Amino acid sequence: MTFVARGASPAASADAAFAPSPAPPPWRWLGSRIATFCLVEIQKIRHDRTELVTRAIQPALWLLIFGTTFDRLHAIPTGGIDYLDFLTPGILAQSGMFVAVFYGIQVIWERDAGVLAKLLVTPTPRAALVTGKAFAASIRAFSQVIAILVLARILGVDFTTNPLRLAAAALAVVLGSAFFATLSLTIAGIAMTRERLMGIGQAITMPLFFGSNALYPVDLMPAWLRAFSVINPLSYEVNALRRLLLGTSGNLFVDFGVLLFALVLGVTVSAAILPRLVR
Amino acid sequence: MSTAPASVPAIDCAGLRYRFGDHVAVDGIDLDVRTGEMFGLLGPNGAGKTTTIRILTTLLPVVEGEARVFGLDVSSSPMQARRLIGYVPQQLSADGQLTGRENVSMFARLFDVPRRERTERVEEVLDAMNLNDAVDRLANTYSGGMIRRLELAQALVNRPRVLILDEPTIGLDPVGRDTVWDRLRALQAEGITVLITTHYMEEAEELCNRVSLMHHGRIRAVGTPADLEARLGPEATLEDVFRHYAGDSLEEEEGEFRDVRSTRRVARRLG
Repeated sequence: MTFVARGASPAASADAAFAPSPAPPPWRWLGSRIATFCLVEIQKIRHDRTELVTRAIQPALWLLIFGTTFDRLHAIPTGGIDYLDFLTPGILAQSGMFVAVFYGIQVIWERDAGVLAKLLVTPTPRAALVTGKAFAASIRAFSQVIAILVLARILGVDFTTNPLRLAAAALAVVLGSAFFATLSLTIAGIAMTRERLMGIGQAITMPLFFGSNALYPVDLMPAWLRAFSVINPLSYEVNALRRLLLGTSGNLFVDFGVLLFALVLGVTVSAAILPRLVR
Repeated sequence: MSTAPASVPAIDCAGLRYRFGDHVAVDGIDLDVRTGEMFGLLGPNGAGKTTTIRILTTLLPVVEGEARVFGLDVSSSPMQARRLIGYVPQQLSADGQLTGRENVSMFARLFDVPRRERTERVEEVLDAMNLNDAVDRLANTYSGGMIRRLELAQALVNRPRVLILDEPTIGLDPVGRDTVWDRLRALQAEGITVLITTHYMEEAEELCNRVSLMHHGRIRAVGTPADLEARLGPEATLEDVFRHYAGDSLEEEEGEFRDVRSTRRVARRLG
């Protein structure tokens, strides 16, 4: 066994042999860590694809049962577009959120297995670790989105095929899911156990979902729920998706601005709380 | 990054103290691990070994006292200090959903091993840990000994100057334990400083150049195993030394639930 650099004598190169890799410029850290954690997530998905199928069932049922039924009822005013079309962006955002909100469970598992401690001993700033993990969660969420879009197309939903608009929609899903992953990591740092995180996750997903414009326009909501929807990032994600996929009116700058702000806030808070998990 | 001169200790702690609430886990310890030696931190559960290691590896903050790795203050220069450290925690900590190669490759990326060297470096450490035949298998199919070797490969991919291992052979069968011992000896021969915690006296006697006995958060004795034994008497063993300083009665408050839970997890993962 040798770790001495090739071509160097062990005595002369003792220092070089054990010298750590040079630190990259700080601006490269974030991109490098995001890429690493996303790659790891893709590798895990490749090794076990069953979760992709099982997680796609629930959003598929929302479209197939809830969506098609309410499409026939015409009970919800959607501004002249079919209810199934109106619902599809909401279900895309919801499925990403559901995946991301429980991502903290994986981090608690990593804590229990000692993996998180090892990650925290790498030269990775806490914020870069959290951001990397958040984007890794959005990779998992994004793979659900593709399945839902395919199903929606089969059901006759008429959304754009413009590649730029689809790419922007993908970005909205990634940003939204990444934010909800940071929320999950924050809860993980407070709850500390899988069981508590599961409970809290289940308690917040439905209020976030029903307190957004995913299922119905905010104008139909009672005032208190409308107030909540204003501070609910899921609403802005759904707005952006409707605007990009269906061409509805709205302000994309506001939607992406809120998603970005929420993500930065989420990263800041969860980076501060995450080290609690290994203390 | 500049390398520290030989006179700088690999690990240097002065007056290090850490509390969990009212409980003083580490009580003003001074520690000096010399470059190139294998140093054992011994003590019963709850002695403060793991807390000390967690401070050195930057997992816990330095609240009181000083801790340096090759002269770098772990409190003010955590990023630089981490680049010098290879860390293997007590749990069997490989990611079972990734292959052996992917596990090591992830750490190569996180330690910023240059892309052009990465593949070669990953293969090199896997080869050194004798895992060539299993690199493309998921880590959850590995035996306990193989996972430990995989963890060593992960810790070495950055070519660290000091390797810190928390109870490296806990839960391993004798064959797995011997293999880990062989690898550690070989690493020390390469010039890597090794700090291990253990409560297996046989392990400390077999591997360590010097040991330090911790009890109730304090260091009670430091020296070579032979020195410590000689201090107690001509027939004394390291186990006698351990009992002398740590006592041999069962103390209810010793060890945290965390220790028990951690050991159970290791046992469960080993099947």
